[in-house]
Amino acid sequence: MTDLLDLTALEAREAMAAGDLDAAEYTAAWRQAAAGDDLNAYLWQGDGEEAGAIAVEAGRTAPIAVKDIFCTEGVPTTAGSRILEGYRPPYTSTAVRRLLEAGAPVLGKTNMDEFAMGSSNENSAYGPVLNPWDRERVPGGSSGGSAAVVAGGLAPWSIGTDTGGSIRQPAAFCGIVGLKPTYGAISRYGMIAFASSLDQCGPLTRTVKDAALLLGILQGGDPCDSTSVGIEGGVSLPDREDLSGLRFGVPKELADYDFDAGVREVFEQTLRKIEELGGEIAEVSLPSSEHGISAYYVIAPAEASSNLARYDGVRYGMRRGGDGDLIEMYETTRSEGFGPEVKRRIMLGTYALSSGYYEAYYGQAQKVRTRIAQDFAGAFADVDFVVTPTAPSVAFKLGEKTDDPLAMYLNDFFTVPMSLAGIPAISIPAGLAAPEGGGPQLPVGFQIAAPAFAEQRLLDAAYALEQGIGFDARPGDADG
Amino acid sequence: MIEREQVLHVAKLARLRLSDEEVERMVGELSGILDHVDRIGNLDLEGVEPTSHVVALENVLRADEPRPSLPRDVALASAPEPQDGAFRAPSPQAE
Repeated sequence: MTDLLDLTALEAREAMAAGDLDAAEYTAAWRQAAAGDDLNAYLWQGDGEEAGAIAVEAGRTAPIAVKDIFCTEGVPTTAGSRILEGYRPPYTSTAVRRLLEAGAPVLGKTNMDEFAMGSSNENSAYGPVLNPWDRERVPGGSSGGSAAVVAGGLAPWSIGTDTGGSIRQPAAFCGIVGLKPTYGAISRYGMIAFASSLDQCGPLTRTVKDAALLLGILQGGDPCDSTSVGIEGGVSLPDREDLSGLRFGVPKELADYDFDAGVREVFEQTLRKIEELGGEIAEVSLPSSEHGISAYYVIAPAEASSNLARYDGVRYGMRRGGDGDLIEMYETTRSEGFGPEVKRRIMLGTYALSSGYYEAYYGQAQKVRTRIAQDFAGAFADVDFVVTPTAPSVAFKLGEKTDDPLAMYLNDFFTVPMSLAGIPAISIPAGLAAPEGGGPQLPVGFQIAAPAFAEQRLLDAAYALEQGIGFDARPGDADG
Repeated sequence: MIEREQVLHVAKLARLRLSDEEVERMVGELSGILDHVDRIGNLDLEGVEPTSHVVALENVLRADEPRPSLPRDVALASAPEPQDGAFRAPSPQAE
């Protein structure tokens, strides 16, 4: 049993193809493991008896956990919100459909920050997910459930979404691999919208090879999402063993930014590892990145305020009050259905788009976005990749930042610029560091970003580095 | 930075009803966030083109042909109070 669950998704797929692994037995073992969820990571679990579109016979591909933001026909889809409690969509998202077509049964739907707004999973209407490394700490967010199930041995792999870091940061906090593909690599059809010009689906896995396998299944253009174009030539499994001839750019602005000493140490160790593997470290400049958070927290809430206008109690989801008055019904439904962070973002976005403020906020933020994309283009003229820590700290304590929204937002400092530029970035576990306040060591993520649609080169390099680092710590190690 | 009256006005635009406590908290929190965001207000970005979208795509068109769509009963299955094969909402003209 334990052996079965130790297989990577790729190993399982190869073993099933070779007839060495019984698919039904393998999937049953994972369903049993998932049923033991004590991290509040799943909001719904399948038993394999589901009827309709979501049903797939165990076979070919490892079962998967799916962030509860992906519509799944006939199966609850809440996006972590009270306003969608009990909602069963009439159709299935393209990403999940592609998984089902590849023969991957859905193990369950994972907990998340409400409408993907958050960096700690504490904004879920269904309670926070616990970090398997330390249950008093957050797993990161917004794809916290998807990261925790993989790190905690409750799923072999999962999918999440990343708007400003929501795959990469929880992957870093949970010691796993998380990839945000280029905007447009994977269809957004059926993925509940947060900020449409930024949202992107991506894999959370134990290994870089699993991430490549999953990206290969998910990617592709889709007539139902006119912004999806896929990755030309597809994705093959990485096998590069060294980094010779590759240049890795470190933003010189990192020197001025205050972040955890333990994170900095692991980051610097990783740079030395890159050199050992034959890679070259160079300095690059991303002067506009320091304004990434400001631009992001205008653009994302602005788009969210528009996208979330659809939750009005008319066509699906919760309806409350009104007593015969339409506006009254809208206001009661939305006030009772949305949590505090979602309300905050809707307010922020509505304000930024309101008459007299549009140019000063939204217009200006879009120009900063151009500058950030130009910074990356300039850097990539000189280097193959840009590298940073994934997050400024290791996983923080539950409740530590809930009273200070701005402090929470600053968590996305390293991940937001890539989202604004639309480029791919991966977080791989690079080592362990003690939290600033003391306590057992926790995983640190190393972020590598590449030019748009250069996923193959990114995965190849990440794989070589992953092998070089040899990160093999697991939750629970520290407890003895 | 942002005042109580503005918060109430924006809440109305967003169709949110906030309790007194929520309004008070929102004044403080939004002001803090906007103070940070306002840093970009002072940047000289004259002549910089705004980016609304990162993928360089022209309008994506498809042939305008009828295709199957969701059956009515399926589309209405999640509606709070459907009636006569339609979504039902309170009248916008109620006083």
